[in-house]
Amino acid sequence: MKKLNFKSSLDNWLTYAGVIIAFVVLQLLASAGGMSSALKGQLVPVCAYIVMALSLNLTVGVLGELSLGHAGFMSVGAFSGAVTAAALASAVPSAGLRLMIAMIVGAVFAALAGVLIGVPVLRLNGDYLAIVTLAFGEIIKSIVTNLYIGVDANGLHISFLKNTLQMEGGKMIMNGPMGVPANTKIATFLAGFILIMITLVIIFNLVKSRSGRAIMALRDNRIAAESVGINVTKYKLMAFVISAALAGAAGSLFGLSQNTIVATKFDFNTSILVLVFVVLGGLGRMWGSIIAAAALTILPELLREFSEYRMLIYAIVLILVMLATNNPTIKGFFAKIFKRKGAEE
Amino acid sequence: MKKFVRIAALLMALLMALTCFTGCGKEEATAIKIGITGPLTGGAAIYGNAVNNAAKIAVEEINALGGIQFEFLCEDDVHDAEKAVNAYNTLKDWGMQVSLGSVTSAPGTATSAEANADHIFYLTPSASSTDVLGGVANAVTGAVDIARKDNVFQMCFMDPNQGEASAQYIYDQKLGAKIAVIYKNDDNYSTGIYNSFIAKATELNLNVVSTTTFTEDTKTDFSVQVAAAKDAGADLVFLPMYYESAALILTEANETGYAPKFFGVDGMDGILGLEGFDTTLAEGVMLLTPFNADAEDAKTKDFVAKYQEKYNEVPNQFAADAYDCIYAIYQALDEGEALKNEDGTYNYAISATDLCDMLIEEFTSADFTYSGLTGENMTWSAAGTVSKTPKGMVIQNGAYVGM
Repeated sequence: MKKLNFKSSLDNWLTYAGVIIAFVVLQLLASAGGMSSALKGQLVPVCAYIVMALSLNLTVGVLGELSLGHAGFMSVGAFSGAVTAAALASAVPSAGLRLMIAMIVGAVFAALAGVLIGVPVLRLNGDYLAIVTLAFGEIIKSIVTNLYIGVDANGLHISFLKNTLQMEGGKMIMNGPMGVPANTKIATFLAGFILIMITLVIIFNLVKSRSGRAIMALRDNRIAAESVGINVTKYKLMAFVISAALAGAAGSLFGLSQNTIVATKFDFNTSILVLVFVVLGGLGRMWGSIIAAAALTILPELLREFSEYRMLIYAIVLILVMLATNNPTIKGFFAKIFKRKGAEE
Repeated sequence: MKKFVRIAALLMALLMALTCFTGCGKEEATAIKIGITGPLTGGAAIYGNAVNNAAKIAVEEINALGGIQFEFLCEDDVHDAEKAVNAYNTLKDWGMQVSLGSVTSAPGTATSAEANADHIFYLTPSASSTDVLGGVANAVTGAVDIARKDNVFQMCFMDPNQGEASAQYIYDQKLGAKIAVIYKNDDNYSTGIYNSFIAKATELNLNVVSTTTFTEDTKTDFSVQVAAAKDAGADLVFLPMYYESAALILTEANETGYAPKFFGVDGMDGILGLEGFDTTLAEGVMLLTPFNADAEDAKTKDFVAKYQEKYNEVPNQFAADAYDCIYAIYQALDEGEALKNEDGTYNYAISATDLCDMLIEEFTSADFTYSGLTGENMTWSAAGTVSKTPKGMVIQNGAYVGM
């Protein structure tokens, strides 16, 4: 037991260290001017996707429930964050502070959505969460496409379905199907890095805590866990809502790194993409999610020189990685190289 | 320790990949580099490919003249704003000096903001949303949501102009007593036209009896929308949308024995070339479009023949707009004279910002007019909009005929 604990906390510290080293190296590269604009433009979105993957890994890997609507929480976070940032543009002149407030608001709204879905669904046994989250993602998309929000001297104006805003000057923040057409890019790579670190701290500490062990006990054997008096709904809800809140913060970060965001961006495909990051990186393995999210976000851009065959090659790479990570021969080969002392796993 | 080594190895691999990404050297410039982002794959790919194909034809023609040389590159954006910015940044790394922006509107909104910050000249063939240009007052609230991006120009009509022109046209020609509208309410283009159409229609006292919507997810079945229009007794149905959806609406109306007049906008162009669509259903459909592939003038005939020879299909208005974009830039550079050095070579190394200043001045100057496939004597205002009037066309015997 002691050995196991030591191993997992070593893993955690190495993950922190890896993220910090990667951040420092990339930051140095960027400031030295040795980085292409294509990569520079991707730094913040990659951070957002990493946090998305980490938070989904909490639901899928640690809690053991399948969620197919994670992009819905991202959407809630992105739009509430964008509206907050735009509404506070004059009240809070500091971009960094505004970004922080926007991310907190995004997290809170996404957490509320998480509670709303989690309370009825997580009481049930079976794959209901997958079905309901799938619907949730679509519902959020519909709501956002029909939402009109404007801001003027009198404050926020909101209308639904039809744009009937009576405004004196001011400007539209959310314009129905056009989404947020005029976002101010205030998200920075530093903010993205800090969010990743906060996410890691939250997840690692949760997993190590008493609650975390209860959550994992539920994943491994629900009946046994119940028999020792673990409150199923409470712990499931805890993991799910934390996961939703982190996704909301990631959504805010993502939204504020783009010039324009539309609701259709956060559709089923995005949910599946994040799920692919998690599965490819390994369920419950946080550093795996980080690497998978970063690599698979940047990969399509690296493959641009293959022009029309780009997505074909991307798909082939995905399949190969999937096969390679599950192939016993290859696994054994790497185990031999990396571990001379003999197999432990 | 094993995990650490593994993580380290993966990180190293990632870093190495990144450095490959960064290390692109600068070569001697031998052409003015023009770039565009467009959907070459995915659901909107026909538009991106049309633009890519046509722009290539224009560049080849200009290069064959032996004067100034252009180099053209289209990067795939899958009709997604995030990927469009990635594609735009890739083009910047490639050394793009003039941007044709993006093919579609949502990506265009994002890339035009980037190009504005970088001060790269931006002439989009087909991103028709007002958000691309900036500085246009919102049709409903009257407020300007996005400040004017001074380096951004459009070759196509702006969405609200089409809606207004359609309402005016229907009013002037007394085309319908009861009007039904079907539009796609999660789409920038369709909603933009609808908003201005309905504003103008109210002003002109047009009788709009039914307004129904659809979305990306429900664009395969139109029975409800067509039935609503039929039940309301509409004798004219306005369809501000792209032609794939319009084709389904025409089919549905035909099956239910409903035969009103149909009126479309420039997105309707291309319906006759749609595979598997019975073109007799499109008989009598009216549309506003700047380009007619069956026109008899030499320029159009020449372009259509070349396009068909190379790509085996009839070019649509996206293609024509892209072709015009390249030639308009060519003409604005005085057919290359503006960049000629004293020794007869061309100043290909000119920075994108200098070129941008030069082109903005030329495009907004009072005596700059351009005549191409999509219109005669077009001029551009400082607001970025092009002056061309939509032509009313009606489909007769499987061909467009001017109204």
